Amino acid sequence: MKARIHILYADQLTWGLSTVFRQAVDIRYQPLYIIDMDSASSEDFETIIDEILEEIPCRQKQISTLVSLFGKRAHCTPGAIFLYGHASTGKSLVVNTLMDKLKLPFVILNCVECYSQRFLYEHILNSLHQTDLFAVNESVSRIKCENMNDFIRLFKQVLSQKGLDKETVYIIMDKAERMRDMESNILPAFLRLQELSSSNVCVILLSEIVWEKFRWGTGFAEPYVLHFPEYKKDELLQILSKGCPTDFPESCYVMYLNLVLSVFHHVCRDLREIQHLVNLNFMKFAEPIRNGEATSKDSKKLWKNIEPHLKKALPTVYLREVSSSQWQRYQAENAGDTEQENTSQNLQGLSHRCHVDLPYYTKYLLIAAYLASYNPAKTDKRFFAKHTGKKTKKISQTAKFRWEASNHVLGPKAFPLDRLMAIFYSIVEGKVAPTANIFMQITSLVSLHMLTLDPRDDQIITPKYKCLVSLDLIKSVARTVNFDVVRYLYDFV
Amino acid sequence: MKGKKSRSSGGRFSEVDKKDECINPVSKTQEILKLRLSRNHIPSEIFGRQEEKRHLKDLIRRTGLFGESNSVLIIGPRGNGKSALVQKVLVELGEEEDIHTNLLQVHLNGLLQTDDKIALKEITRQLQLENTVGDRVFGSFAETLQFLLEALKSGNQSSKPILFILDEFDLFAQHRNQTLLYNLFDVAQSAQAPICVVGITCRLDVLELLEKRVKSRFSHRQIYLFSNMTFEDYVMLFKELLKLEDDFPDRRFQSDWNKSIEELSEAQSVVDMLKRQFSFSQDVCALKQLLFLPVCNLNEMDVPRLKPAMFVESMKISTSDSKSAMLHGVSILELCLIIAMKHLTDIFEGEPFNFEMVYNEYRKFAQRHSSMQVFHKAVVLKAFEHLVALELVKPVEGGSTKIQKEYRLMSLLLHNTQIMDALQKYPQCPTDVRNWATLSIS
Ligand SMILES: Nc1ncnc2c1ncn2[C@@H]1O[C@H](COP(=O)(O)OP(=O)(O)OP(=O)(O)O)[C@@H](O)[C@H]1O
Ligand SMILES: Nc1ncnc2c1ncn2[C@@H]1O[C@H](COP(=O)(O)OP(=O)(O)OP(=O)(O)O)[C@@H](O)[C@H]1O
Ligand SMILES: [Mg+2]
Ligand SMILES: [Mg+2]
Repeated sequence: MKARIHILYADQLTWGLSTVFRQAVDIRYQPLYIIDMDSASSEDFETIIDEILEEIPCRQKQISTLVSLFGKRAHCTPGAIFLYGHASTGKSLVVNTLMDKLKLPFVILNCVECYSQRFLYEHILNSLHQTDLFAVNESVSRIKCENMNDFIRLFKQVLSQKGLDKETVYIIMDKAERMRDMESNILPAFLRLQELSSSNVCVILLSEIVWEKFRWGTGFAEPYVLHFPEYKKDELLQILSKGCPTDFPESCYVMYLNLVLSVFHHVCRDLREIQHLVNLNFMKFAEPIRNGEATSKDSKKLWKNIEPHLKKALPTVYLREVSSSQWQRYQAENAGDTEQENTSQNLQGLSHRCHVDLPYYTKYLLIAAYLASYNPAKTDKRFFAKHTGKKTKKISQTAKFRWEASNHVLGPKAFPLDRLMAIFYSIVEGKVAPTANIFMQITSLVSLHMLTLDPRDDQIITPKYKCLVSLDLIKSVARTVNFDVVRYLYDFV
Repeated sequence: MKGKKSRSSGGRFSEVDKKDECINPVSKTQEILKLRLSRNHIPSEIFGRQEEKRHLKDLIRRTGLFGESNSVLIIGPRGNGKSALVQKVLVELGEEEDIHTNLLQVHLNGLLQTDDKIALKEITRQLQLENTVGDRVFGSFAETLQFLLEALKSGNQSSKPILFILDEFDLFAQHRNQTLLYNLFDVAQSAQAPICVVGITCRLDVLELLEKRVKSRFSHRQIYLFSNMTFEDYVMLFKELLKLEDDFPDRRFQSDWNKSIEELSEAQSVVDMLKRQFSFSQDVCALKQLLFLPVCNLNEMDVPRLKPAMFVESMKISTSDSKSAMLHGVSILELCLIIAMKHLTDIFEGEPFNFEMVYNEYRKFAQRHSSMQVFHKAVVLKAFEHLVALELVKPVEGGSTKIQKEYRLMSLLLHNTQIMDALQKYPQCPTDVRNWATLSIS
């Protein structure tokens, strides 16, 4: 009995303390009472909206729909709004800007960061309560919450303490698809937060994935679904052209953007990605102009200069084969240098991946494993027996049909150890004794994830392996030991 | 934007001045309707549920007044007014003095009390027995519940009746050993204390979920709430949801508004929209959602009344196919891959495929057509992975994870018609790609 009362008392103390803290700590929600949408003239409100529209072009429809769904501060909103669309279609941007500019009370959280339910609840409660996360006595002032039941109770408590129960509170959950991985009651409970907490709260979910994929399990309430369509090409141009450097002619910058889009638009429509590429390559584009070699009107010359460069960026920067700093260094080194040949060393790009250092015999083992994985066992005799008939002609005719069902399409097959060793001995140069060393190498290849043990079969009596490396890699390994691996591959003879 | 400017500088001031403090009836209406359309709102009348309401009310009243024990399940599809019915009954019973003072209520929800320990804590809290329980340690669940019920007995009187409402009842059946349900039904059946257990669920097979010993203690009283609305009822509900009630301060505005709603419900486009929604689902919640945006778009200046076009627009938003919408935003390369996968799915009759096969198809196509650029395999793989991230393509269940991603078996989660539809609307789709898609299996 005593202990219980003690706990209760401590609880109250906590609340009291944090109220004191709040006044000392940042007062982020304070201005909210200054611009009250109801009392402030709607003139103000409309200038704010116009400002937002100015700031975020090409999203008028979404913004106006959201603004009218939000309505006046004290009005009811839908319990949950689901915004979806491709990456960088401005979902986060629009919602954040609206919240900031309209000075609405909100909590924003990213479901990748709040990966467990405890983090999720505590983040929401503490941000609403404005507990300083780094306060000195954090253990005292932080609200603790472990389950949905407590969350709803504490949530209502915080709202009434903060005087937020008179207006809509927004909870924005970015990357909401991650909520599907949490306990199965969380997503439905947030969709019904308004009903469960019987308070005026609006949960906004942002995701790249369509709503249909969220619906499994029980307890769902349908949210209000709103689509953020992708940007069309001219919209991309319009948004990107806002990034034009002040000392650069705008028309020329638009031309540059057009060039970049002509290379990348087929592959990628992600605004953020394109923006990145635009920024990275701009120096190179502007170089002839800065040097005085060309004027901003020489579109042909500028195009000639930048095109091969952009083409190279596709398999390198875009695929993250090189980092942006590497790319910039490469550009700096090649400034003024017209020859492209000598650059292949410092910009390895795709070929970079295909480089591994292995001991001599291990390389052969790997090649043998590759052959065993991709060749049918019945063809071994043809490839590796010493006396073969002249069958090669006939094979190449049927090669085209075989390709459809070849192992290079279907994936590697498992093989037993003795087949691997047989192939190994027939391809390796010189005599090798079957020592424990060789078998050790197989284990180390497995630990390097170049081979894998096939789990389906008996692993002790007849262990079976599969080779996991790509054709490119095996080619480059074979090249280092002067072995023509393609000649031995059934799919290519 | 221009229109907005001119509108704000227009006749606004004069109007604001004229009305000075008085709140604009349009925005007042908007507020009322928004509240009514939200989920929390308890309607003034549950449409077409008089019989069920009377039944439930009767049951609860018997517990409240005479200490009778009862258990009942309310079963019906989602958004059909199950929770609203219970809430409504409670509000109405709350007006009866002796029930109001006598009956204790415990509200539980399967989404909140995810196990019986939490549920028990919540029951204690709602019965305000936290201090009585203190840090007492109990052996079993039944013991705790017994203690709680005992604690409610004041002096030597019989204990107060308690109403237990279990929303999302089927989730409680998933708790270990169904301890909570067993104990509640046991108390109710053996009349140890007067309690009434009301379960709310959308699962028709809910009785199958109960263990035998739990099931045998349940009274097997069930109230089914199926939607038996006719289209006329549906239109009636539509009007009810939008009409203003008589307590609206501005009477002239109210009758004017209600007349406009009558007219609205006769407009052909609105009737069509309602018909379509009605044939789609009779879910009241869905209808409310459909009406929400038009109500939001009300504005004292330009849009003082609801217009049919607003409903048509709202219907369009709510019925658009989201997967097709996502398809419009993929790049040409990704579109090519989707078409390749469509062909593979056609050829292999729905069997899964892997990236290498898709790449092969794509390469064959791109090499045939000079207009297409053939991209490096790694670039194509990145595009493919993007499609996987969007969950338009999904790895086959149970496939081995110890395999290179190029060979992992996948299946396409798009229907042919969705792909074709997307191609139709795809901005600047190259004709070669479009032709390739329509190419039947050769
Ligand atoms: N309409 C726009 N006007 C100006 N900039 C924009 C616009 N849309 C997007 N951006 C830019 O693109 C970036 C990405 O946008 P945002 O973060 O809103 O994308 P998102 O839709 O949330 O994407 P994700 O799904 O990846 O989170 C922003 O930082 C912003 O600078
Ligand atoms: N017959 C009706 N008349 C008036 N309003 C109704 C009717 N049926 C449902 N509603 C309204 O629809 C909304 C949804 O109803 P409710 O929350 O009761 O659904 P539910 O059956 O509990 O759904 P779920 O199974 O998803 O919990 C409520 O706001 C309620 O007021
Ligand atoms: Mg985002
Ligand atoms: Mg309900």
